[in-house]
Amino acid sequence: MSYTKPLPTLAGHTEDFYGWCKKHELRFQQCTGCGAWRHVPRELCAECGSWDWEWMRSSGRGTVFTWTVAERPLHPAFADAAPYTPIVIAMEEGVRIVSEMVDCPHDQLVIDMPVEVVFDDVTPEITLPKFRRAG
Amino acid sequence: MKDRACIVGIGETKYVRKPGSGMTGVQLHLQAATRALEDAGLTGRQIDGIIPSPYVATAEQLAANLGAATLRFATTVHMGGASPCAALPIAAAAVTQGIADYVLVPTGWNGFSTARARNVVATDVKSLPGATIARDYYLPFGLTAPPQWYALIARRHMHEYGTTAEQLGCVAVAMRKHAQLNDNAIMRGKPMTIEDYMMSPMITSPYRLFDCCVETDGAAAMVVTTAERARDLRKTPIYISGAAAAQPHPADEIFNRKDIYEAGMTIAAPRAFAMADATPADMDFAEIYDCFTFEVLQQLEETGFCKRGEGGAFVEGGRIELGGDLPVNTHGGLLSEAHTLGMNHIVEGVRQLRHEAGARQVKDAQIGLVTGWGDFGDGALAILRR
Ligand SMILES: [Zn+2]
Repeated sequence: MSYTKPLPTLAGHTEDFYGWCKKHELRFQQCTGCGAWRHVPRELCAECGSWDWEWMRSSGRGTVFTWTVAERPLHPAFADAAPYTPIVIAMEEGVRIVSEMVDCPHDQLVIDMPVEVVFDDVTPEITLPKFRRAG
Repeated sequence: MKDRACIVGIGETKYVRKPGSGMTGVQLHLQAATRALEDAGLTGRQIDGIIPSPYVATAEQLAANLGAATLRFATTVHMGGASPCAALPIAAAAVTQGIADYVLVPTGWNGFSTARARNVVATDVKSLPGATIARDYYLPFGLTAPPQWYALIARRHMHEYGTTAEQLGCVAVAMRKHAQLNDNAIMRGKPMTIEDYMMSPMITSPYRLFDCCVETDGAAAMVVTTAERARDLRKTPIYISGAAAAQPHPADEIFNRKDIYEAGMTIAAPRAFAMADATPADMDFAEIYDCFTFEVLQQLEETGFCKRGEGGAFVEGGRIELGGDLPVNTHGGLLSEAHTLGMNHIVEGVRQLRHEAGARQVKDAQIGLVTGWGDFGDGALAILRR
């Protein structure tokens, strides 16, 4: 069965971000001027103004920052998915990322619980970074 | 700019859901606009500035229909639901600097019969704040619509500060109570208790159905001019004492702000209060953009009515109901009157200050505020007085 949910458009920095995910590596931009990490990808560092940055590998570890249980889908592509649970993860590097859990029903979620990244190859082209409980 | 510009005309269409307005979006805007002109005692020909909403009708369409033959100022504020309120400082600046004499600001849509949020998002990703960011980093995970973005912030607030569902319910119940006194409110005749609120189905936790604004067809409009010109017009001029708008940083992505609760309001509110030389304690009422219940708590906190984390306690015990310390959304708000992107809040603020609010009049109201909230937390605030 074909994958019917919305997918990112692979262009610019987003192509690079998801390109790393396809290699099962979670990377964020890190400013080489001041060391600040950032997500989503940007052209300049808003902290120091530097144009210079690298795709640096994340530890993949973070904590649950918040979530919502979408009981009533508000997009046709998710009509059959409800209830589902978009979640925001606070990564060790300081950035926050929207994702979903692969192994944790929403009634077992706790704010600040430790999680780690896993990779879901949803199509031959696209891999989404998702999360599971960490020990 | 304090007190140098006034709102001199207000107009609204009928607010409806089923079977829909039966009018086009442009017709709705024009009906609200002509009613605002009539209210002010002006003609379309006198309008030489228009701040159209980001949706529905262009300045050109509006001017052509209204006979505004000397249009010399037109601009649009792209702040979603904060756009009408954010138009106030711009309109005030335009008229006080002579860029235009009479500025018309119309807003509204067929938000029930044609522009339901869920359909718009699915068919036009550019309509989302942060367009490509939302498409590439939110939508793949099912984060597709405003109640979901804001629910995530609300849950965090509940965790950090102990804000409760019952406190969110106090907001919904107050708006519904006020709507019972408003003939044009969608929810008139449908009273609601806190038990009704708690029993309403979950949409996207912690938001239940009754945490969410209504989607309606309708439009509202206002006319702004200078204080000098206002004195010659039909109605009591309502002075723009302070007005400001701002965006949070970053404005195009909602989850990577250092301070997750910072909104445009956090930046705009101190500026508007300084301009008006007023404080939150001076306000006789507040018309606060209530797309969802938690955003009312958040704006009460960020405007300085209470400290961060105290919004939940603030709304308890009827404090924000008519007769309480700070009546909020005396018309019923977006939750129970209608969703015209918040222009209905400005209209109600003007009615209260003109003492035209009938059964829901705040006794002897002299000064009050109106807010706007849009996109990923853009904010605007206007302090109005009679
Ligand atoms: Zn830097």
